[in-house]
Amino acid sequence: MTPKPRLLAVLDTVCIVLFLIAVGLVFFYAPLERSMGQVQRVFYFHVATAWVGMLGFMVAAGVGVVYLRTNHSLWDIVGLAAIEISLVFFFVAIVTGSIWARPAWNTWWTWDTRLTTAAIVELIYAAYWMLRQGIEDAEKRARFGAVYAILACISVPITFASIRLLRTIHPVVVGGGDPNAEGGFSMTPAMRVTFFYSLIVFSILFVDMLWHRIRLGQLAEKVEQLKLKLSA
Amino acid sequence: MIVVRSLVKRFGLKAVLRGLDFSVEPGEFVALLGPNGAGKTTFLRILASLTRPSLGEVKIAGYQLPQQAAEVRRLLGVVSHLPLLYNDLTAEENLRFYARMYSLPDETQRIGEVLELVGLAERRRDLVRTFSRGMQQRLAIGRAVLHDPEVMLFDEPHTGLDQDACEMLDTVLREVAARQRTVVMTSHDLARVGDLASRFDVLSRGQIVASIQRSQIDPDQILAFYRRAVEK
Amino acid sequence: MKTSPPPINLLRRTFQATVAIIWKDLAAEMRSREMLSAMLVFSLLVILIFNFALELDIKARQTVTSGILWATFAFAGTLGLNRSMAIEKDRGCMDGLLLAPVDRSAIYFGKAIGNLVFMLVVEAIVLPVYSVLYNINLFHPGLLAVILLGSLGYVVVGTLLSAMAVQTRTRDVLLPILLFPVVLPVLISAVKASQGFLLAAEWTEIAPWFNLLLVYDVIFTAAAFMIFDYVVEE
Repeated sequence: MTPKPRLLAVLDTVCIVLFLIAVGLVFFYAPLERSMGQVQRVFYFHVATAWVGMLGFMVAAGVGVVYLRTNHSLWDIVGLAAIEISLVFFFVAIVTGSIWARPAWNTWWTWDTRLTTAAIVELIYAAYWMLRQGIEDAEKRARFGAVYAILACISVPITFASIRLLRTIHPVVVGGGDPNAEGGFSMTPAMRVTFFYSLIVFSILFVDMLWHRIRLGQLAEKVEQLKLKLSA
Repeated sequence: MIVVRSLVKRFGLKAVLRGLDFSVEPGEFVALLGPNGAGKTTFLRILASLTRPSLGEVKIAGYQLPQQAAEVRRLLGVVSHLPLLYNDLTAEENLRFYARMYSLPDETQRIGEVLELVGLAERRRDLVRTFSRGMQQRLAIGRAVLHDPEVMLFDEPHTGLDQDACEMLDTVLREVAARQRTVVMTSHDLARVGDLASRFDVLSRGQIVASIQRSQIDPDQILAFYRRAVEK
Repeated sequence: MKTSPPPINLLRRTFQATVAIIWKDLAAEMRSREMLSAMLVFSLLVILIFNFALELDIKARQTVTSGILWATFAFAGTLGLNRSMAIEKDRGCMDGLLLAPVDRSAIYFGKAIGNLVFMLVVEAIVLPVYSVLYNINLFHPGLLAVILLGSLGYVVVGTLLSAMAVQTRTRDVLLPILLFPVVLPVLISAVKASQGFLLAAEWTEIAPWFNLLLVYDVIFTAAAFMIFDYVVEE
């Protein structure tokens, strides 16, 4: 068995340290938001998890294209890894979103654009998982998985646009929009630092987890190979 | 006519064909024998351009597969154990459809000839749904010879046929082969192919393990030859 | 050795093969009518269920009609898509199509256009029935255009995904699960655009939805056309 690469071990440690700092920043550095109170602190990780979810979603489609072109199983492993991570992070984003929604809009769930889109992406992952489950041949499984990831990646932005056309109450905190949207707030510099720091830490966390998941996938492939050798 | 060098086909991690070498001269009728799971169907599907090889070279009439699949397809007639026919179309309509897919110039005349050849001229206006298994298989052969292909591939054409139907099928097969066509036919029924083929190849564990001309072997010895080859 | 045909010839052959596939699907369906009758009866049942589930009084009808229609089309559509691809798969006919010396896009467009025709036929029957049942005039040219564009988007993706679903163990069950989350923009914008026309809204209100439908149709026709090879070839 190949030992864990040195760089990965370093990355693990770095991630843990950076993450602890992020938690510290969120709770002790970022100031208390006036109208929302403590609940506002969920915002930093909420956006960061949603960001990672999106990252995974796009990576999966990107390597899907690469897989179809090269037919190399590594890209399938990467795609599956990205989707699994994205699935978990979108789920966390939906839960933290609900925690936010409760005091801000007095409801756990709203059919807000981003929340709904995240939920649809989760359903797409469920479909993706069922598609893969239904195929015996590993090559075909990889191929169909790649095709579906690509289709999803083309469709979700259009879905997002159409839900946004319907109506949105989600606060647009970064990059303009209507600052008076209900549940919105403007960020102080300290909040801004915490926010972007969280984004960066979660991105690094994504790379670290992706790496681990790819290794796991490769090991699983090796196990399959050994099993085949035994049975042959 | 057919040249195959070091052909490897893997499904996922499992290698079905492992460095197979094979060649057929124009006009030869090769019976491809082998136990179940030896890779006969996979091999034939690769020759038929339905499955891509993982490694190795496949050339038919000088055209490379899978790059020049379009040219190869024009030269190929394929009969599998599935009929490849539409139940809700008549015999004639099925042939007409395929004639259009191959853009045959004089379709009506050719369809008449083919129906005559496979002995279904009187049932031309009946739905394929009403045909017996044997009649369907004869029509399937008619479909395969419609565009007058130079190379014919048969995958277990006798599967599921009773004695009478088998004999009728053999008559058609002989007629087809008599036109100086190159034929490759897989089978596990040695008695059946014994007096059809001009050469016997044995495919076992993903490779051609033995090959002999009919002129060099006593018909009674074919079974013994096959056993020796498989057990090697 | 035969030489490969010039490009113009290739285009013509692709077109001929596309037409041949459409003709074949229509001829078989004209004879058995299995798919159309199943889709139709199913559509009417869905409307019946909506009728009791939603208590369609006159006021409710105005606003929910477009939603009911599109839900009906979406559900009935999966029946047709599944059936149309199962016919190719079950008796090896897909191999027969792949063996023919035609471009794969001919197979895709042939199947997709056939599916579109079936869907439009069902819609052409459901619409007047709905009109009579609920005394609503549905014959608005704008609405018909929306139905055409919406069905097109639905079928373009549905044909591709049904070719995938039919190759899996779960088959029929899988198609709606794969299709609905991806085809959602079509359903949303088709419902809103239809509603706009039914309520005689201003064109400026309908236009964004109409454009969204157009964009979806164009993007996914191109995408499906490029991806189809990877779905059918091994």
